[in-house]
Amino acid sequence: MSRVQSVDSVALLPAYLAAGTAVLALLVDLVLARRTATIVAAATGALATLVAAVAVGAGAERRTFCVGADCSYVFGGRAALVAGLVALLALGVLALAGPLLRDGVTPVGEFCFLLACSMTGGVVLGAAGDLITLIVAVEALTLPLYILVGLRRGSLASAEAAVTFFVVSVVATTLTLLGAALLYAVTGSLHLERLGAILADRSDLLDLPLTTVAVTLVLAGLAFKVAAVPFHAWAPATYDGAPLPVAAYLSTASKLGGVVALLAVVQHALPLSVAGPVLALVAALTMTVGNLVALRQRRTVRLLAWSSVAQAGYILAPLGALALADVDARSAAYAAALAYAVFFVLLELAAFAGVVALRPAGADGGRLDDLRGAARRHPWVGAGLAFALIGLAGLPPGLAGLFAKVTVVRSLLGGDAAWLALLVALNAVIGLAYYLRFAALLYTPADSALAGSAPAGDAPAGAIRPARVVVVALAVATAIAVIVGFAPQLVLDLAGS
Amino acid sequence: MSFGEFLLVAVLALPALGALAVAAIPRDLPARVAGTVAAGLTLVAALALAVDRSGSWTAYAVTPPAVRPWHALDLPWVPGLELRFHLGVDGISWPLVVLTALLTLLCCGYTCWRVPPGGSGRALVALLLVVEVGILGTFLALDLVLFFLFFEIVLLPMYAIIVGWGGDGTDPAAVAARRRAARKFALYTLFGSVLLLVGVYVVVAAAGTADIVALTGGNGLARGTQLAAFTLLAVAFAVKSPLWPLHSWLPDAHTQAPTVGSVLLAGVLLKMGTYGLIRVAVGVAPEGARWAAPVLGVLAVAAILIGSLVCLAQTELKRLIAYSSVGHMGFVLLGIATLTATGIQAALIGNVAHGIITGLLFFLAGAIKDRTHTGALRELSGLRETAPRLSGLLAFAAVASLGLPGLAGFWGEAFAVVAAVEVGGALWITLAVLAAFGGALTAAYLLRLLRQVTHGTATPAVAELKPGLAGAEVAAWTPLVLLALAVGLAPTLVLGVAEAPVTALVEVLR
Repeated sequence: MSRVQSVDSVALLPAYLAAGTAVLALLVDLVLARRTATIVAAATGALATLVAAVAVGAGAERRTFCVGADCSYVFGGRAALVAGLVALLALGVLALAGPLLRDGVTPVGEFCFLLACSMTGGVVLGAAGDLITLIVAVEALTLPLYILVGLRRGSLASAEAAVTFFVVSVVATTLTLLGAALLYAVTGSLHLERLGAILADRSDLLDLPLTTVAVTLVLAGLAFKVAAVPFHAWAPATYDGAPLPVAAYLSTASKLGGVVALLAVVQHALPLSVAGPVLALVAALTMTVGNLVALRQRRTVRLLAWSSVAQAGYILAPLGALALADVDARSAAYAAALAYAVFFVLLELAAFAGVVALRPAGADGGRLDDLRGAARRHPWVGAGLAFALIGLAGLPPGLAGLFAKVTVVRSLLGGDAAWLALLVALNAVIGLAYYLRFAALLYTPADSALAGSAPAGDAPAGAIRPARVVVVALAVATAIAVIVGFAPQLVLDLAGS
Repeated sequence: MSFGEFLLVAVLALPALGALAVAAIPRDLPARVAGTVAAGLTLVAALALAVDRSGSWTAYAVTPPAVRPWHALDLPWVPGLELRFHLGVDGISWPLVVLTALLTLLCCGYTCWRVPPGGSGRALVALLLVVEVGILGTFLALDLVLFFLFFEIVLLPMYAIIVGWGGDGTDPAAVAARRRAARKFALYTLFGSVLLLVGVYVVVAAAGTADIVALTGGNGLARGTQLAAFTLLAVAFAVKSPLWPLHSWLPDAHTQAPTVGSVLLAGVLLKMGTYGLIRVAVGVAPEGARWAAPVLGVLAVAAILIGSLVCLAQTELKRLIAYSSVGHMGFVLLGIATLTATGIQAALIGNVAHGIITGLLFFLAGAIKDRTHTGALRELSGLRETAPRLSGLLAFAAVASLGLPGLAGFWGEAFAVVAAVEVGGALWITLAVLAAFGGALTAAYLLRLLRQVTHGTATPAVAELKPGLAGAEVAAWTPLVLLALAVGLAPTLVLGVAEAPVTALVEVLR
């Protein structure tokens, strides 16, 4: 066997472009030192990455960095979907950051560079074929975010958020690495598919306590990344302290990354008899706790953060049925989890875009009451935000969210996990309670209450002009959500491929 | 595309396009008129569905299916979720489709004349039309997933109608009460519809199809699946209908909603539950229905008795009418629970009659409240002295509601009792007797209402009333008065078209 690995550069093209974007943003910032030029460079790079992901993904599956039959980099339909989506989300977050970058305090070059670095991690992640590539990709996705979270200079909350996020994330990575090392000790392999084959062939390995510990550690580490209960406590504080666009990135691209990593290890590598029940429990806890705590939130971003914890529960729910299900139901469950994640990140990005548009430039999310009556002052932006919230609640007219819930419930019932389906359904009711409160608040006349307690120091609410680039991002996200709402088969096909 | 398929699409597309047009027209009154025109066209299309009702089922079926739509349209939509855009209309759904189209038209027309305080009239008309799309879609859907989808569409627009235009006054307490009522409505109803979602996919996962035509009769579903599916679906529809003890959202929502909202809520929204019970729950899981029928029957009779007793103690006009819905829908559910042809026919005509009469009652209650600014029965005595026409109409509607023979309310209640007697056995005879007693209680509280409102000396609130009725009011109420008479005198208007499909349905229940 040749020791020299062949490298298929076409398969790597999206990753090259993403990494190139980071370098380009840095160079443009150094050489030209013009804000607009840097942003345009980063946006162009993200767009090129998106196009490349779509173009490469349209062809057959490409494998590279192979040792025998095991490959470390597998760029197929799902990898293309993840890469394209991450690039799209990075583009969206760049648009959301428009007002923030214009204020002159935030370093533009660094912001674009770090965002592009993180995007590179996300692009590679979907294609990762072994545990090391996977963990490195997840880290590449996460590492730049430590700095981005702390980017609000002079804000104590921002610094606290960054430290919390950093500590939690490092612990999580350590757990995953330890788990991966133990798995290697048990099986002698790191390639996901080989791992799965070994564990399936040799059932005696499953009886080893070490295997159970290894699986649990890998899952726990990745559960941190998706902010699943009981590894969720960092999320609300981090989201709330981070600049809004970064919070949007954390709850979309970063969460998508965690989900994809979990999917990859569960689908290919881990024994389902161990992973299935653990994930079922985690999913049940995650959605219930997330929804119940979200009910009591008074700050906008904290509400979105807790709700996105709950949404992570819905995403993981189909995986909970894995231990029982047959092969067909299993592939349906993977597709359902990914499809839900796709629907969710679209709506979540739209929701954050709406909040960014309705808040003063560079402000944090503020309290929910700060958005009271916002939809009356800005009907279109308000309607976009309300649409996204209703979609997250999973009701018409937010058909994308409705079909997301339907997909999850269907896969659970197809996999004989009726109790989890029922739990998802009941959680949707709890979820509506706070999404509806938020959405209704946007339409409540501002003068009806709180006339005396308007926060001092904030710009008067009527004076806020939604930044054009943010409104465009909101419009695009909403348009995509409407399209996939009427044609959910598009997403289901992509997720199932 | 055949004429029938075109009509099916038109019935849904007209109100949807109407809502868009209303939203697009910036001026208030023209927009409201445009919405009313759209609702009128929808009614025409809905009526036209009954023309040429040959039914194409004979052409390709050796053993005819239990659901034989007059017209059907079947297009793929989301194959990955077993969702097809499958619409159809038959004798069970058509009366309800027409009733929905009629009531929406009346509500839109009424809104042209008077917009309840709170929001713009345009937005109200647009929301009414969206609600209409959801309700009509529910009645027309022949695909379980599509049925669920339309079932959900109604939820938020109705919430918005209650919050935006409901209640009385803008003081914080009233606003909070209206919010609470609307939120209770939304959460309760969503609770029902998520159970519907789970129930639907229990069936779909077991049967591999969501086609109601293929599924009716419980073909190939195991007993355990049917029991689970029926339980889930029955609870889902019981919330919507509503069946005691899941009714507690109804009085608040109906009381707080604006007149047109109450009319639609009571008139047709509740029918989505009873219709779903007949078409989906009983049709798809007949074995489960047989298993649960006694429970359903007992709950239905409990609803009749409790609804009537609560009504006897009510002091507020709209709340009384709202609670009376609980009792009336109890009769409808009793009819369904018997699982006989008589019972289901009674349920269908009871549905339609309740829609007509309660729609009229809510219109009248709204008119009285608009004039006197109070709903307390105490403060309304002597209405006959100052507003004889209004009080006469109220008397007519109340008498129709208590089931006087010759008016629409009679058939549903009488034949629900008859069907229960026909089933026989100690349980059903007892239920029939109790339901009949509930019927007497219904008469008691409606007569009490009439005595308090129309007789006695005029209170200050009533004394200043003008006797006249506005043209728009007459226009909105006349069709309902005439229909209450027509259905009462010639029940075959409803039963004629429903007989064949009900017989076919009961066949497969055996």
